[in-house]
Amino acid sequence: MLRTYEYPKYEYSQPPEQKSGDIRRCPVVVVGAGPVGLAAAIDLAQSGVSVIVLDDDDTVSVGSRGVCYAKRTLEILDRIGVGDASVAKGVSWNVGRTFFRKEEVYNFKLLSQADHKRPGMINLQQYYLEEYEVRRARELANLDLRFLNKVTSATPRDDGVVLQVETPDGSYTLQTDWLIAADGARSAIRRMLDLEVEGKIFSDRFLITDVLMKADYPTERWFWFDPPFHPGQSVLLHRQADNVWRIDFQLGWQADPEEEKKPEKVVPRIKAMLGADREFELEWVSVYTFQCRRMADFRHGRVLFAGDAAHQVSPFGARGANSGIQDADNLCWKLKLVMDGRAPDALLDTYSEERGFAADENILNSSRSTDFMTPKSATSLNFRNAVLGLARDHAFARALVNSGRLSVPSFLTESRLNTPDVAAFAGDMEPGAPMDDAPIEEDGKVGWLLDCVGNRFMALVFVEDPASVGPAQARAMCTLADAPVPVEAVLVSPEGGTGPANLRLWRDCAGRYAGRYDTRAGTTYLVRPDQHVAARWRAFDAQAVRTALARATGNTE
Amino acid sequence: MSLKLEPNFHEPGKRYHRAFTPGDDFYESLIETHRDLSDEQSAMVNARLILLLANHIGDIAILREAMKVARERV
Repeated sequence: MLRTYEYPKYEYSQPPEQKSGDIRRCPVVVVGAGPVGLAAAIDLAQSGVSVIVLDDDDTVSVGSRGVCYAKRTLEILDRIGVGDASVAKGVSWNVGRTFFRKEEVYNFKLLSQADHKRPGMINLQQYYLEEYEVRRARELANLDLRFLNKVTSATPRDDGVVLQVETPDGSYTLQTDWLIAADGARSAIRRMLDLEVEGKIFSDRFLITDVLMKADYPTERWFWFDPPFHPGQSVLLHRQADNVWRIDFQLGWQADPEEEKKPEKVVPRIKAMLGADREFELEWVSVYTFQCRRMADFRHGRVLFAGDAAHQVSPFGARGANSGIQDADNLCWKLKLVMDGRAPDALLDTYSEERGFAADENILNSSRSTDFMTPKSATSLNFRNAVLGLARDHAFARALVNSGRLSVPSFLTESRLNTPDVAAFAGDMEPGAPMDDAPIEEDGKVGWLLDCVGNRFMALVFVEDPASVGPAQARAMCTLADAPVPVEAVLVSPEGGTGPANLRLWRDCAGRYAGRYDTRAGTTYLVRPDQHVAARWRAFDAQAVRTALARATGNTE
Repeated sequence: MSLKLEPNFHEPGKRYHRAFTPGDDFYESLIETHRDLSDEQSAMVNARLILLLANHIGDIAILREAMKVARERV
């Protein structure tokens, strides 16, 4: 038990199938009640799918583990109903500082633009996020959360998967049409299916400590290369909730993990950093190594791998949990369409393609950070120190300082679900882009664009004056909703006013939407349920929207 | 013209969504150039690299400025 947190103990109850001996066939089973599995389960349950979640434990993450949750993740958490709790408890931050020896050489801002709902990043111990997700999951009647349910075998079939599950009352069989494996880096499901995960292990060890103390350091990320208090290595300091500070010390490959975890070794390291007078208590200590690796394919028939089960990165950049939650976001709408018979099975292949692309990007960036932080040769070290030495005075060198490239969503510009542009646009919101936020006003209430899109396809049609939209055009927009995959059309206008009665109207009240999406009268965006741009045009054309929708859902022959 | 000290890395035909990407692309190639070389070989590669780049830049005034900046606070 920690001083600041009491681990919940979730109740186990005997599964009804075990009592009755019936073999139940369920639409979706999720294995793993971590941040990723729970996000997927909640997302599916919210869209009306019955889900069973199996987890071999009965509590949340032990230790702070995944600490940084990026803006994009918070936007997804908003859609599954845990964003507010996470942001309220977490520590929001936006500025990172990098020190070389005694001097600050570089600082960065995660979010340089104004008018986004969510901050660049929050720090929050992973156990809090899981606790909020469990709480949300329990509000959903069609989400059956089963603790102390351990999968002991998984047998894939053409039309589903047969699972053997062990509980304190013995074992039982479950059949499922679809299985989401979100059971972590050492995924048991991956092993049961005899699947490989390829990549490299970095030969380095890090000491992770959660330290309870009262300190008035600013809420920023501080990173040291070769500091006087830990010479030759790097150190990272982060503030978390409840006055718990996360301090990571690079130890080097030679370090003995068991020895380094002992308080008599840990405490002097922290004292050297904080000064002898600072009072603190150790909450949690761990030593870890890490790997950068991924499965070649995240989909194997009816089994879909997500999060650490599918890909792992070094922790520098907070690209682990953040990318896993984005996996869930990418997967669930596709799975729902396929289950409902509204998209072909092949749509799920694009889950592996798009998230595999993101995984490659995450692995690339976190490997580069790792190579910069822990140079592998005298020459690499020399270049690294040359960059740090030049960084104080020269902007070009500051741009090369790599103390972690923090999690940002991938631009899925290569995806085959995108419809290529036929007109010229300025800015970043090209097909495949993760949507930028903007303030918008509807019915006199100011809110956020990203709170209003998502979970369904939408067409955002920009008009200078909503009254100029004639009845025929309004009808064309409305009929997009009467299709197997409905598209909700919305007018966005710089001015308020009154538009056609049956269309929603958003006012671009700060002008940010027009700026960020480079809009003119008629500019239309088709956006996906996961808030990526699917297509855009300079004029509204219902047929073009339908064609792009077919492409975005794999419904092309 | 004077020595450029603002970020300047780019590659023809590449579009960047993140400001750190072009610099990181360069840095990775630089480190990769030295892979599996001894320290002595690396020092030789670095010397050759400087000569190649210096000839490419050509403007000796710029090169003198760079040499001066490189020596500062070493």
